[in-house]
Amino acid sequence: MGTEMTGADIVVQALTDLGVEVVFGYPGGAVLPIYDALFQQNRIRHILVRHEQAAVHAAEGYARSSGKVGVVLVTSGPGATNAVTGITDALMDSIPLVVLTGQVPTHLIGTDAFQECDTVGITRHCSKHNYLVQETARLGPVLHEAFYIARSGRPGPVVIDIPKDVQIMKARYTKPGVISHKTYKPQVKGDLAAIEAAVDMLAAAERPILYTGGGVINSGPVASQLLRELAKATGAPVTSTLMGLGSVPDDHPQFLGMLGMHGSYEANMAMNKCDLMLCLGARFDDRVTGRLDAFSPTSRKIHVDIDRSSFNKTVRVDLAIQGDVGSVMEDMLKVWRARGHRAADQKAWWEQIKGWRSRNSFGFEQKGEALLPQKAIQRLYEMTKARKPIISTEVGQHQMWAAQHFGFHEPNKWLTSGGLGTMGYGLPAAIGAQLAYPGALVIDIAGEASIQMNIQELGTATQYRLPVKVFIINNEYMGMVRQWQELNHGGRYSESYSDSLPDFVKLAEAYGWKGITIEGPDDLDAGIQAMIDHPGPVMVDCRVAKLANCFPMIPSGASHTDMILSAADERGEADDDAKALV
Amino acid sequence: MKHLPSERHTLSILVDNEAGVLARIVGLFSARGYNIESLTVADVSDDHAVSRITVVTNGPPPVIDQIMAQLDRLVPVHKVVDLTDWGPHVEREMALVKVAGTGDKRVEALRLADIFRARPVDTSTASFVFEVSGSSEKVNQFIALMREVGLVEVARTGVVAIARGAEAV
Repeated sequence: MGTEMTGADIVVQALTDLGVEVVFGYPGGAVLPIYDALFQQNRIRHILVRHEQAAVHAAEGYARSSGKVGVVLVTSGPGATNAVTGITDALMDSIPLVVLTGQVPTHLIGTDAFQECDTVGITRHCSKHNYLVQETARLGPVLHEAFYIARSGRPGPVVIDIPKDVQIMKARYTKPGVISHKTYKPQVKGDLAAIEAAVDMLAAAERPILYTGGGVINSGPVASQLLRELAKATGAPVTSTLMGLGSVPDDHPQFLGMLGMHGSYEANMAMNKCDLMLCLGARFDDRVTGRLDAFSPTSRKIHVDIDRSSFNKTVRVDLAIQGDVGSVMEDMLKVWRARGHRAADQKAWWEQIKGWRSRNSFGFEQKGEALLPQKAIQRLYEMTKARKPIISTEVGQHQMWAAQHFGFHEPNKWLTSGGLGTMGYGLPAAIGAQLAYPGALVIDIAGEASIQMNIQELGTATQYRLPVKVFIINNEYMGMVRQWQELNHGGRYSESYSDSLPDFVKLAEAYGWKGITIEGPDDLDAGIQAMIDHPGPVMVDCRVAKLANCFPMIPSGASHTDMILSAADERGEADDDAKALV
Repeated sequence: MKHLPSERHTLSILVDNEAGVLARIVGLFSARGYNIESLTVADVSDDHAVSRITVVTNGPPPVIDQIMAQLDRLVPVHKVVDLTDWGPHVEREMALVKVAGTGDKRVEALRLADIFRARPVDTSTASFVFEVSGSSEKVNQFIALMREVGLVEVARTGVVAIARGAEAV
C-alpha cells in the first residue's frame, strides 16, 4: 500500500519517480515544506532563479531543448502571478511543463489571506489543465496525471496548486503503473483512409508544398527524420514556421526557408501558388497566413494536427487528419511506398520557385560604416556552426533576423517565443537549455531592450556556473516597434528609443560575467571568437546600425504576394484597417 | 468565416462533476467570444461523478465546429454532442411566472394558464405563480401573454435536451 509520508515528501518522491532531474523555482511562505523536503534529498537539483517568470522560461528552454517535461516550483500569490506570463507562453507554443504553486492552507482559502490569490482561477485560461489539491492522498495521483497530460497530445503547461496544510499532512503514496486518464485520450494514430486519400492527393499534385511547424519538433526527433524522408519521396518544397525551424536542415535543397510575415519571398510565393498544401503540425497562425481571404487561393489543403481544434479555425481545409504528426508521416510513407508512387514531375514548379529564389529576399546590402545586424548574425552563425549551438532569442527584430540568418540543421536547437512573443524569454530559456546540455554552446541572441526584461537572471547563470552567452544586437531602439512606427505611423517614434542603457560590459562584470563590446564591423570576428573562447558566461554588446529594418515583410493586412522586399517598397503611413492589425 | 449566417445549436456536454468545471466551460465561451443563449447544469450519475451541461449557442457552422472541438479538448470533458446535428431530440424548458392583478385580469390569467397547461404553484388574493414547461417558444409565448395580465417577474431554467429513441448519446 506504500508508505505514509508528508505531502511535501510525496511531491519530491513523485517527481523522483517521474524521472525529474531539475526543478526551477523560487521559495516562499506557502512552499516552505516542499523546499524543506528538497533540502533533505539529493536526487533532484533545484535551480534558484531571480524571478518566477524566469523559472517558467528556463523550464521551457529545458523542455524544448531536451524533449522532457519542464518543472517549476513557486510560492502562492505573487509567486504564482509572476509565473503567469511563462505559463501562457508555454501554452501558446505547446511546451510541456508542470508548474507547482504553493497555496495558503485550505481553511484560509477565500479569506484574502496573506499572499493568497486564486491561482487555479487565474491560470485556468493559460494552462492546458490545472488542479487545486485539497487532500494529501490525492497529491501522488495528481502529479503523475499532470505529467501525462503535460506531455501527451498537444503538449502544454499543467498547474498544480498545493495548499500548505496539504504539504504538511501525511498520506500513503504508491508509485502508479501506466497512467491512463478516464476522459483525456489523445489520438496518436491518424485515420488510415484519410492518410491514403492524402497520399493520393500528394502524388497527383503538380505544385505541392509541405508547410511544417512546431508540431514536428514536439513529436520528437524521429518526426524530423520522417519529414526529410517525406520530402525526398515526394520531391516537394518544404517551408517551416518560426516554431518548426531545424526539422529540415537550412541548406536542404528543397527547403525554402521560413514562411510568413518575415519569411522568404520564395516560401510565401510558393504557399500562394501551390496546388496542394500539406500542413504538418502547424496552425495557420496570422503571422503565417497574412490576409486570410487571399491566402493560397488555388490550393487544396491537407492538415495534420494532434489537436482537433486547430482544424478549420482560420483556414478551411479539404482534408483533416487528427494524429501525431510523426505517426501520420510514417503511415504516409508506408502508403506512398506500397502504392509505388514516385515523385511527380515538378520541373515547371521548381523553375517557378527558382525564379522567386533569385530575388534573394534575405539578402542585405552594406551601406555606410555601421555594422549591419544581419551581418552580425550571419558571422555568429558561420563562426559557431561547427559547435552545433543551441540558440534562444528574445522578441523583436533580432529574433526575426536570427530566424532568417542563423541556419538550423537539427530539431531542438532553436528556442524562441513564437505565439505569445514574450520579451525576456531568451536568457532564462538559455539557462534551462544549458542545464539540459552542460557541454553545449548556448547563445541567447538578444536585443538591448528585451534583455533588460529578465536581466536579473545573469545571477542565476553565475551561481550555477553556466557558460551561457548573450549576444545583444544593440541598435538602441525597440527595433520592431520602431520599424512599425516607421512603416505605419509616419515615423513618429513614440517611446521606442532605448534611453539610459546600462553599460552592458560593466553590468556583466558586476555579475561575474565577461563583458565584450563590438563597436563595428572591424571588431566583429574578434568579439565573437573571444566570446566562444571564454569558458564562462559572456555578454556581448554588439553595436549595430540603428535604423535597419527587418525585410522582407508582409505588411499588416496584406497577402503573401504583397511582400515588401526592401526599404524601396516602404509606404510611410498605413490606412486605418491596417493600423488596427497587430 | 464568421460572416456566414448564424444557426442555433443545442449542445450536451458530459463532464466530471468537480470544482471549477463549470467555470472552464463558461470561461471558454467568454474567452473565445462564443455566445451562450442558455445554460443548465446538474449532476446526472448514480455516483455523482458526472454532470450534464446543456448549452444553447448560436453561430455560423464553422464556429459551432470550433466550439465542439474546443470543448472536446478540455481535460474533464467526457463527451460533447451537438443534438441539433445529432437528429431528433426533445428540448424542454421550465419557467416560474409571477402575475399580480385582480378582477378580470386575474380570471384571464388563470384561463390562459389553463390553455398552456401552466399550473399555479403559489397563490395569494392578488397574485399567482405559474409553473409552465415546454419548448422555449411555448414558454416565450406564455410570458408574452402574461405581460398583458400583470406579469411581475420570471425565473427560467434554460433548455434541457435529450435525444429521442432508446440510445444514450
